[in-house]
Amino acid sequence: MQDTVRPPDPRGNIIEAAGLKKAYGSTVAVDGIRFSVKKGEIFGFLGPNGAGKTTTMKMITCVSPRSGGTLSVFGIDPETDPAGIKARLGVIPQETNLDPDYTCYGNLISYSRYFDIPRQVAEERAAALLDFVQLAEKRDVTVEKLSGGMKRRLILARALINNPDLLILDEPTIGLDPQARHLIWEKLRSLQAQGNTIVMTTHYLDEAARLCDRLVIMDNGKILVEGTPADLVRRHVGEEVVEVETTDEVIACLDGMKIPYEHFGDMLQIATGSSREIARVLLERCQPKKVLTRPATLEDVFLKLTGRTLRE
Amino acid sequence: MTGRVSIPRITRRAWKVWYRNLEVFFKTWKVNFFPPFIEALLYLLAIGLGLGTYVREIDGVPYVNFIAPAILGIAVMNSAFFECTYGSYVRMYYQKSFDAMIATPLSIEDVIAGELLWGATRAVLYVVLMLPVLAAFGVISLPLSLLAIPVAFLGGLMFAGIAMCFTAITPSIDTLNYPSFLFITPMVLFSGTFFPLTVMPALLQDFAYVVLPLTHIVAILRMLTLPALSWVAAASLAWIAIVTVVFCVLAINLMKRRLII
Repeated sequence: MQDTVRPPDPRGNIIEAAGLKKAYGSTVAVDGIRFSVKKGEIFGFLGPNGAGKTTTMKMITCVSPRSGGTLSVFGIDPETDPAGIKARLGVIPQETNLDPDYTCYGNLISYSRYFDIPRQVAEERAAALLDFVQLAEKRDVTVEKLSGGMKRRLILARALINNPDLLILDEPTIGLDPQARHLIWEKLRSLQAQGNTIVMTTHYLDEAARLCDRLVIMDNGKILVEGTPADLVRRHVGEEVVEVETTDEVIACLDGMKIPYEHFGDMLQIATGSSREIARVLLERCQPKKVLTRPATLEDVFLKLTGRTLRE
Repeated sequence: MTGRVSIPRITRRAWKVWYRNLEVFFKTWKVNFFPPFIEALLYLLAIGLGLGTYVREIDGVPYVNFIAPAILGIAVMNSAFFECTYGSYVRMYYQKSFDAMIATPLSIEDVIAGELLWGATRAVLYVVLMLPVLAAFGVISLPLSLLAIPVAFLGGLMFAGIAMCFTAITPSIDTLNYPSFLFITPMVLFSGTFFPLTVMPALLQDFAYVVLPLTHIVAILRMLTLPALSWVAAASLAWIAIVTVVFCVLAINLMKRRLII
């Protein structure tokens, strides 16, 4: 296969998608989405299960052919030169797919061969990457003996063996303990500082808020909103949230004062610019049992836009 | 998704998948090198010497010499078939190795082609390890029997292709038992292995020649090991070549349909 060098996208975008669509028979998994990822940013895809995030990742990584629309990665169409794109990608899949027949070091070396990396370069990189993900002392341990967090870190190291220009992470910290998650975050931050572009999906909204420069929230195959985490919170919820325990008196009181609120479980939520003011009014006039004020979060945006219905 | 069968675009990267399997095989060489010796020995002792004391000769050939090529042929079939059914299925489904590989410049065509080449290579390794045992017992002719090695590769590729088709359509690892005992086991017995096909009804003979791949492998191998060369070998080789191409192309297409969605 030819390795054509093409000029980068004139707008400096690493990924460019328009009207991107994926259908399985009559089911539409991704329904005509438009987004672009700029060089050097961490871009997030959020959404409930079945929103189309993973399908979008699979189209970007040239694993799943698109059903419609346009897509370019590094200015290359995945249909014309998938190997050319994949040579520059680092992919972290949702499911752990390390090779159980090899050690940690062996996993990196055997993977490096698929990228045509010369043996000596691969050996140097593998050693450096094991250091980077803090697995140097597990070098000769078979992967089956690693903990969940260690496996995810080894997958991160494996994804970096080809010095990728773009990292694609599908739920990078799924099932990890807080320590392991923080370590992964730290590594992703330092990779971004080195100029890497990172695209990730996640269910953890704190993770998205912490890491992503920009993100989209998807549902039912469509992009609902796009923006920086802080922007999205301001635009769709506000600065702060007051939560108050649901009682008939409180509801009557809020209705009387025409303060808009929403039912979230056994609490009422009031999005506001000044939580102190609302809390004061509530305490003075409504005899609430429990009142809580907090800053608005991405989770509020997410639940507001995608609803509270459980997804399968 | 196209419903048609297309000629797969395979690159030289397929050899990287082959090499991965080879490397893992040699890492556990002690486990892997032992069975061919034992298997050859068991067959020779039980069927050759045991049964051979009653049968003595078939068509003027000592019975143990008659079954020697069958031992090789069955080894070719089993090693390639089981490698590309259970072995490939485990790598595909449980280890998710194919997913990991196609995230690199490798395409799914490369991955499956590498697996098929590896299946053929297993058959070659098996035969290479068995030949010295058979030679030590003096039941095969040398050096002509060395040609069993290239035959093992071609035959191995054929069985790898057939196996991979089953792997591509099997719903689970358990259902791979069906081709094992409905296809492989009957072939072990009815492909001119332990008795000549000529003793069977004409219809069954035709069936064996038209449908059972092992018949052709054993026929060619027997011509080499006795030796008793004939132009019939060319027909068998042609049969094997056609079936190999058809099933390898089909296997890659079926696997693509299973994995690329």
